[in-house]
Amino acid sequence: MSTERAPWSLRLAAIGGLLFLHFPILVILLYAFTTEENAFTFPPPGLTTQWFGAILERPDFWRALILSLQVAAIATLIAIVLGTLIALATYRRKFFGSDSLSLLIVLPIALPGIVSGIALRSSISVLDIDFSVWTIIIGHATFCIVTVYNNVVARLRRTSNSLLEASMDLGATNWQTFRHVVLPNIATALLAGGMLAFALSFDEIIVTTFTAGQDRTLPIWIFDQLTRPRDRPVTNVAAIIVILTTLVPIYLAYRWTQETRD
Amino acid sequence: MNVKNTATSIAVHLDNVSRHFGSVRALDGITLEIEDGEFFSMLGPSGSGKTTCLRLIAGFEQPSGGKILLHGKNVVGVPPYDRDVNTVFQDYALFPHMTVAENVGYGLMIKKVPKPDRERRVQDMLEMVRLPQMAGRKPSQLSGGQRQRVALARALINHPSVLLLDEPLGALDLKLRQEMQIELKAIQQRVGITFIYVTHDQEEALTMSDRIAVFNHGKVEQVGSPAEMYERPATSFVAGFVGTSNLLQGEVARAVAGSSAAFAVRPEKIRMCPPETPVSPAECSLLGTVRDVVYLGMNTRYLIEAEGGADITVVQQNLEATSMSVLTAKGERVRLIWSRDFNRPVIVD
Repeated sequence: MSTERAPWSLRLAAIGGLLFLHFPILVILLYAFTTEENAFTFPPPGLTTQWFGAILERPDFWRALILSLQVAAIATLIAIVLGTLIALATYRRKFFGSDSLSLLIVLPIALPGIVSGIALRSSISVLDIDFSVWTIIIGHATFCIVTVYNNVVARLRRTSNSLLEASMDLGATNWQTFRHVVLPNIATALLAGGMLAFALSFDEIIVTTFTAGQDRTLPIWIFDQLTRPRDRPVTNVAAIIVILTTLVPIYLAYRWTQETRD
Repeated sequence: MNVKNTATSIAVHLDNVSRHFGSVRALDGITLEIEDGEFFSMLGPSGSGKTTCLRLIAGFEQPSGGKILLHGKNVVGVPPYDRDVNTVFQDYALFPHMTVAENVGYGLMIKKVPKPDRERRVQDMLEMVRLPQMAGRKPSQLSGGQRQRVALARALINHPSVLLLDEPLGALDLKLRQEMQIELKAIQQRVGITFIYVTHDQEEALTMSDRIAVFNHGKVEQVGSPAEMYERPATSFVAGFVGTSNLLQGEVARAVAGSSAAFAVRPEKIRMCPPETPVSPAECSLLGTVRDVVYLGMNTRYLIEAEGGADITVVQQNLEATSMSVLTAKGERVRLIWSRDFNRPVIVD
């Protein structure tokens, strides 16, 4: 790699690009500490950590946070099981409709959320299911499967087929081969896919709006807060919590897929 | 020998076995009998069907037709894990997430052999392949030759009745390969297990095997001992693939041997003499011009353009010749003489 310094114009453009991407997040960070209650003036008249205390005393915030964590955890679990099974079924064998199947799996994440949301809402109504936590989970699982599937399929394609043959050759049945050879080899890809799925589900708002009944996930709770004039910095604190909760799994997913790439 | 005895001494019997991939006939109705305790090589160029044949015996693929008998029992349709056969893979196929000891003990772990017993047998195996210190290493920390030994230990620990080896030395350098050839042969004699060895290297096959089957275009050209294969090749393909051979046919064959039937003669059987040398009736002879000389140290290879248009390769030992003297032979007129006994009639394919 070249160690030559980039020209100043290029460096300026890079800094400009990064600022453009991340300036709004800096704003959120800053105004989580402002002393003002219902307006954001620049510069903030004073800094305080009182909003962190305030949010802890809001039971509606806690309910939303716990619900979001539950939804993300269960949707991820469903995605891991189904995504892995689909990956195992499709990665090697070409069968009638296997290409269409891959497309159908990727579709939920490619379609605009609003379309998936309406489709899910209509289906749930038609099937006469009550809107609940479970309808949110089902909605999230549809697009979480993709991240697990993509990660696992990529790893499986890089796993030599002779490993599976060697295992069977040494007396292992299909299930034993899966347990002792396949699973350890795809474990990190599985976790990485799961982490991404968790992060996707945790901050999802569009599909959730259509599939939630009376329940409010954290993103919906934040959205509702914006229309209320009081305690506005609390919203920013909640946003920071969302950022941290999604950043950690994404970072871990990145680390785990990096390690095994060499 | 009565019929019953013969039946039980056959480890693997392939009966008219075919394997087609779409319209490609990877194996086209081959029949082979491999005896118990034999070191049997399947030799052939890539795409000749030898690896497919091995994979059919292992059970990774199923034949399109024919029967495969392991010790008299038809195993067509039997999955690999229910066959008393183990494989050493070309890429070794060691499990990357397991240590050397876990790799070697995998078969025993699957069979639920108790841990103390398992550990003892793994250690015995690692000692046999001379890697007792490597038990705790991961495959990625081993050299190519060491991985090869681990793969061998892992396949032998189950005491299979037949061990299949798919070009196991292909990835090793020449020196290591020659060492491993000797070691493999020694291990085979010690354990007394039937080895079926796939290779494209004729020298390797000649060095190690009790018997060789030469594969070409999905068919078996000839089966025999290394000496038979070399001295009495049945077809022009075998004559050219196992060692080098001069193939004489048509007009040249008639001029030399009195019949246009094709025959092969080995380069080292031919003497290169001055053109006026007398020829006895028991000998064949051909006049020609030396077109090329390759000095190989121990001997010299000459390429001779013979009268009648045939190109003949001759190898002469450098008994009294030096590199200087052999190189001046280029362009000389010579008479090639060899005993009629060395003419091997072959089927041209």
